[in-house]
Amino acid sequence: MAESPADDLHARLDAVYRAEAGRVLATLIRLLGDFTLAEDALHDAFNAALERWPREGVPANPRAWLISAGRFKAIDALRRRARFDAAHADIVDTLQGAAAAVVDDELPDDRLRLIFTCCHPALPPDARAALTLREVCGLTTEEIARGFLTSAPTIAQRIVRAKARIRDERIPYQVPTGAELPERIGAVLAVIYLLYNEGYSASSGPALTRVELSSEAIRLGRVMLELIPEPEVLGLVALMLLHESRREARVSAAGELVLLEQQDRSIWNPTFIREGVALVERALASRRFGPYTLQAAIAAVHAEAPTPEATDWPQICALYAALLALQPSPVIELNRAVAVAMHQGPAAGLALIDELVRRGELRDYPLVSAARADLCRRLGRREEARAAYAEALARARTEPERRYLQKRRREME
Amino acid sequence: MKFICLGYIDAAAFAALPDAERHAMMDSCFAYDDYLRANGHFKGGEALQPPETAMSLRYANGRVVVTDGPFAETKEQLGGIMILEARDLNHAVDLISKHPGAKAGPWEIRPAADLGEMVRESEARRRARRPA
Repeated sequence: MAESPADDLHARLDAVYRAEAGRVLATLIRLLGDFTLAEDALHDAFNAALERWPREGVPANPRAWLISAGRFKAIDALRRRARFDAAHADIVDTLQGAAAAVVDDELPDDRLRLIFTCCHPALPPDARAALTLREVCGLTTEEIARGFLTSAPTIAQRIVRAKARIRDERIPYQVPTGAELPERIGAVLAVIYLLYNEGYSASSGPALTRVELSSEAIRLGRVMLELIPEPEVLGLVALMLLHESRREARVSAAGELVLLEQQDRSIWNPTFIREGVALVERALASRRFGPYTLQAAIAAVHAEAPTPEATDWPQICALYAALLALQPSPVIELNRAVAVAMHQGPAAGLALIDELVRRGELRDYPLVSAARADLCRRLGRREEARAAYAEALARARTEPERRYLQKRRREME
Repeated sequence: MKFICLGYIDAAAFAALPDAERHAMMDSCFAYDDYLRANGHFKGGEALQPPETAMSLRYANGRVVVTDGPFAETKEQLGGIMILEARDLNHAVDLISKHPGAKAGPWEIRPAADLGEMVRESEARRRARRPA
């Protein structure tokens, strides 16, 4: 079927929107100094394109055209508003003064400023994620609310408050430099990691994963990678890609949880694995890597094992030990215990978990009982396994997890 | 997305304003409505006559009971409604928070519900019930 020129232009405009909206918005926020004004200007600019490009053709540099159109639309809007609010008159003057010189082919990429501002440590952590999804990824309030299984007004409040905070505390719209940079990169990576995690393993609800959040996290990670190719950025993108490679295999056609051991490795995504492994190797070679890179390295060992039996468990145990030294955490200890169980047998792993429990760690973490139950089952300690499955069941957060645990518990009857 | 925006007002306080202030207020509200219209956000709306012109209907004990006035007995009364076109809830909040009317009383912003599916189902049920 031949596409009409109008369809073609629509498709082209859609592609430009997907590719450029983030950068255009980020630059408009810098030029206009106001999130809301810039969001309106962005949409006005795309409406203008919809109207003018069919007549005038697609400009040679669509991004520069859109930024320029957005800025003029914002000045128009402010002028109209100045009629009933005198405070806007001054802004119009300032904007017009500064305007003409700004747009050229050498536009800086302002997305980094936007990411760093949305993930500023002065904002509450849950607001950082919501603001980043809306301003950097272009999701609507309603889409974000669905992603986090909460109501739109709750998310709207977070965003309103976060924007007010940026304004009131005069959070600068810039990429931090010097001593501040590593810590601030950490804050951005933490938001991306949180988004990915929420999509990889939903914290509640009917489904096991929420693909939209994961793909947005990967998209953001790639933007960071393009602009700040620091080892931990490489590591985090690698980590996400390697986990993402197993998405299809992790859930059966019936929506049931499939554990690593039982997964059909032939449907793991080889493109993601290749890219992930290459990124981990680059990050490790830098010798300035951190926890994300080590976690990615562990995921890479799994990804490269053709069968569960062929997994290099000693290597995984060593990586967990390095990770634990870098970032002591009971959750990492638990994961290490499972790896040790695979390497040295279930009894050795169980001893490590029981030690964790004795210290009173992870009391409400649902995976402790699940891991304990599994090791008891392998040791043939059916009574204990049954009790641990019951405990895990009481704490399970998603329906497929619950069904999996119920099935295992029945096997122990 | 369509949002129904309910603007509340304390009519007595508004009436008590000096003329100049009341005029300035109204002028700025209408100017902002024009701005919303010009940008495709204003999809309709009406101001309401004062609450004493209202009637309320309620179904009770198998019949409709009609009473004077609106339901709510608060100081602030519904002053007008607007159908607003916005990209999402935060965009609607942004647009309404700039409305000068927000200085006179609170607004309630409610997303419009799409009953299309429900209407289609209901039509199917009614068709099925109809004798052939």
